[in-house]
Amino acid sequence: MAEGLKLAAASLTTFVALILAWEGAILLFDLPAYVLPRPGAIAEALSRGWIGGFLWPHAWFTLQGAMIGFAFGAVAGIIAGMIVAEIRVASLAIYPIVIAIQSMPTVAVAPLIIVYFGVGLPSKIVTVALLCFFPVFVNTVAGLRAADPRLIDLYRAASASRLRMFLDVKFPGAIDHIMSSLQIALVLAFVGCVVSEFIASTAGLGHIIKSFANDLNVSVMFAAILSLAAMGAITGFAVTLAHRRIVFWRAR
Amino acid sequence: MQAVPDATTPASAGGGDAASHLAIEGVRLVYDTSRGPLVALDGLDLQVGRREFVSVLGPSGCGKSTLLKLVTGLLPPSAGRITLAGAAVRGPRPDVGIVFQQPTLLPWRNVLNNVLVPIRARGASVRAHRDKALELLKLVKLDAFARHYPHELSGGMQQRVGIARGLVHDPALLLMDEPFAALDAMTRETMMDELQQIWMSTPTSILFITHSIPEAVYLSDRVAVMGPRPGRIVETVAVDLPRPRGLETMADPRFIELTTHLRSLFREMPEAEA
Repeated sequence: MAEGLKLAAASLTTFVALILAWEGAILLFDLPAYVLPRPGAIAEALSRGWIGGFLWPHAWFTLQGAMIGFAFGAVAGIIAGMIVAEIRVASLAIYPIVIAIQSMPTVAVAPLIIVYFGVGLPSKIVTVALLCFFPVFVNTVAGLRAADPRLIDLYRAASASRLRMFLDVKFPGAIDHIMSSLQIALVLAFVGCVVSEFIASTAGLGHIIKSFANDLNVSVMFAAILSLAAMGAITGFAVTLAHRRIVFWRAR
Repeated sequence: MQAVPDATTPASAGGGDAASHLAIEGVRLVYDTSRGPLVALDGLDLQVGRREFVSVLGPSGCGKSTLLKLVTGLLPPSAGRITLAGAAVRGPRPDVGIVFQQPTLLPWRNVLNNVLVPIRARGASVRAHRDKALELLKLVKLDAFARHYPHELSGGMQQRVGIARGLVHDPALLLMDEPFAALDAMTRETMMDELQQIWMSTPTSILFITHSIPEAVYLSDRVAVMGPRPGRIVETVAVDLPRPRGLETMADPRFIELTTHLRSLFREMPEAEA
């Protein structure tokens, strides 16, 4: 508990110092508001956005794009990982395709996705899913292949079915890897969604950042960025919590 | 070093029957490696009687782990035959219990369910074996920990779960692959005593693989000494010490005589290649 208080005090001190330094720098170097707005201006933009409600639909749009895409990408990654790890022939067929797709930077493909899926939510979901797929896929394969060979021997000696072995030993053993990859995928989900919104969109926090950049309205841009950070932090915390709950046997 | 008289006879001295329960006859095992064939075992003969405790003692790299795979039927021998409980071993044998060097438990299952793993793996009724599993947990003094998870137990306790798991399906043979090698010295001595008790109270034949001479002598009816590659049994030593063995056994002149003799055998052996 004392450790927790100390940590909270230290974080708060850093935060306050940072705000003061920020204000100080603006005063000292006489920075105009279109370069670096005062923290107060950002707070005002945030309160207008969130209490006034103008940021809500955009945050909701980005959250939907990121979360739905994340879910599709993660599920696809887990399923493809299982197939590749368990079925040799499939692994020979699928691996080269996956590697080929992965070699293309997904961000470079994002404009193409918008051409195919439009400027609305579907193109965001597809971009995010593509980005999230790979880390989950790779970690699922690695996790399943990391199963303890002695446990596998134990099951083989008992003439256990492959399904039984998979459900009892391999899959539970891979969950730790998979949960770690979900953390990585979650970060990529927001990146993917915002990038797709930058390219072309009807809504979203990325769309806000880009539109207000044209007006040099930096404080609203900062408000949108902070909102994105908060969404990332909250969802990231949820994944960490789920990880700890599910993989309860891992000492941390 | 002179041989110890009357210690090298193949007959068992302890609780084993004369009829061999596990018989390994002229087994040869060749691995195909990138550098050509590698003869891991050659002309290996070994018998374990019913309810007999036999140790295989050998330097590292002599093919002890290969032996384990052969007996469980996970690896077919290149030549020779293996019979267990009257039937040739030709493929996986569910009637063998295995205890590894590491506890190798499923961390996401509680102690009771870990003990029941061989039952689940065979697709047999877990409920029908629950009482048996609880009884074994009592035998290994872990009945109070049935609902605990492996990470909540010490290394020695985890290994005892492993032993209970090895026995839950009433195996014809319990294979133990250096089960105490990963434990600290104190825990190790306690575990030796406990294993002796477990073995004396269950109708099990044990094939115990180890590289500790005192451990082999303390526990076994017979000690089979394995030579370096290609692995084979170079000598079998009957341990005629009375049971139950205890603290005083290790001070027994006969115990010292046997361990000294075994040590001298290893001195004469050429170094095994890695």
